Amino acid sequence: MKKVEAIIRPERVEQVRRALEELRYPGLTLTEVKGHGKQKGVRQQWRGKEYVADMLPKVKLEIATVDEDVPAIVRAIVANARTGEEGDGKVFVMPIEDVVRVRTGEGGDDAV
Amino acid sequence: MTSQVSAGDTAFVLMAAALVMFMTPGLALFYGGMVRTKNVLGTIMQSFFIVALVSVLWALVGYSLAFGPDRGHLIGSLAWAGLRGVGQAPNPDYAATIPHLAFMIFQAMFAVITPALITGAFAERVRFPSFVVFTALWSLLVYAPIAHWVWGTGGWIRNLGVLDFAGGTVVHISSGAAALAAVLVIGARRGYGSAVFASHNLPLTILGAGILWFGWFGFNAGSALAANGLACSAFVVTNLAASAAAMSWALAEWMRHGRPTTLGAASGAVAGLVAITPASGFVAPMPALAIGALAGVACYSAVQAKWRAGYDDALDVVGIHGAGGILGALATGVFASTLINPAGADGLILGNPSLLLAQAVAVGATVAYSFVMSLVLLKAVDLALGLRVHEEQEEMGLDLSQHSEAAYGF
Repeated sequence: MKKVEAIIRPERVEQVRRALEELRYPGLTLTEVKGHGKQKGVRQQWRGKEYVADMLPKVKLEIATVDEDVPAIVRAIVANARTGEEGDGKVFVMPIEDVVRVRTGEGGDDAV
Repeated sequence: MTSQVSAGDTAFVLMAAALVMFMTPGLALFYGGMVRTKNVLGTIMQSFFIVALVSVLWALVGYSLAFGPDRGHLIGSLAWAGLRGVGQAPNPDYAATIPHLAFMIFQAMFAVITPALITGAFAERVRFPSFVVFTALWSLLVYAPIAHWVWGTGGWIRNLGVLDFAGGTVVHISSGAAALAAVLVIGARRGYGSAVFASHNLPLTILGAGILWFGWFGFNAGSALAANGLACSAFVVTNLAASAAAMSWALAEWMRHGRPTTLGAASGAVAGLVAITPASGFVAPMPALAIGALAGVACYSAVQAKWRAGYDDALDVVGIHGAGGILGALATGVFASTLINPAGADGLILGNPSLLLAQAVAVGATVAYSFVMSLVLLKAVDLALGLRVHEEQEEMGLDLSQHSEAAYGF
């Protein structure tokens, strides 16, 4: 079992979700986050004072999945979230020790 | 007696009073949108509570002190305390065709909004109880006397022939000067200078500005105290000044910083409205355009100067109301024309320099009295109650620390 965690541009969320829908995927969690990597911030002004807003809004998607499905999911995310500019984001894949379905109490691969 | 009451005038003045009342919740939103999320309710509460506080004080003593029988050209007596003698019959000294009560309640709304303007200067850092006490004292000891001088029968500034149609001195210069005193006594917000405290909800601010513009028609046109041609003239010049100023501030920003901002356009409109306030019943439309255009640039520059001066006038009360009010009062001395209002006077541009001189005296007196008296009151309240919130409360925000409330559900 793996967790795929992707930080992507908010404007690419719908496109990524449509791509994931075409694959078998168990579900996802979406969080609104802020941050930056190499992408420079945005210049704003207030009453003539300039400042750089460099904690930029992004979206974090978290998807728990079985190992075999990981490559297709990662490809779908990367292909649909990419714009080619700095700030496109990153995808992390990490191991999951266990999963339990709350409704039934099932565990393991069946619960993912 | 009652046959002298004009239905049209009375209806108009009552509606104008309601419009001016609406300006204070509008101001609450204008200011509220400009502060940080954690302080929005604290900011709004100050303006909203003032509507209640000053409405009551005005009826109890404020109106009498401001407009009551004259004592020494400096203050009214308490003969009208509790609105005794203020009834449905007109008081011809002030407005011959509307009930005295209508004049009183119209004036009440001016007394309400003036201290609310000051709150912008000390936003985000003042204790609520101390603010209430200071406001009550200021309303009775600063607003009422100045209103008496400029508008009351026997008032010494009125006797000088000074022209202030709707409150350039009484409302804007007085609050601007008090704001300066407040920022000097209270000091800057924590972190001021190292961080930019950007507005948390500019749509709210723009809504507030729109309400202010709308209500200002009652503020200026209503000051004709009659549904007549003068009221129309005041209405029109008000709209023109606001429009010219909104554009000139936006243009100034565009040229200095590369982009016009919505906050700039809204602030410009307010600056124009401030400046035209004293002149609104005395100047023609084209001079009003000039006054507005000047006000937009002048108040924009005043706000920029604030950064260099280093004091924390959080929401630019000094730059907009102080500077705008002074500009407007002096512009009245330049552009006033008896063709617009025979009860007024001619200004500099028509060959009469003495009006401008009188206006300057009024400006000086209002600035001096409001600044010094506000300083005294602030110091007194600070010693007795402490004006400023504690560090942790300022960090936590006014909403939680002063009112145990969260604005947006978190």
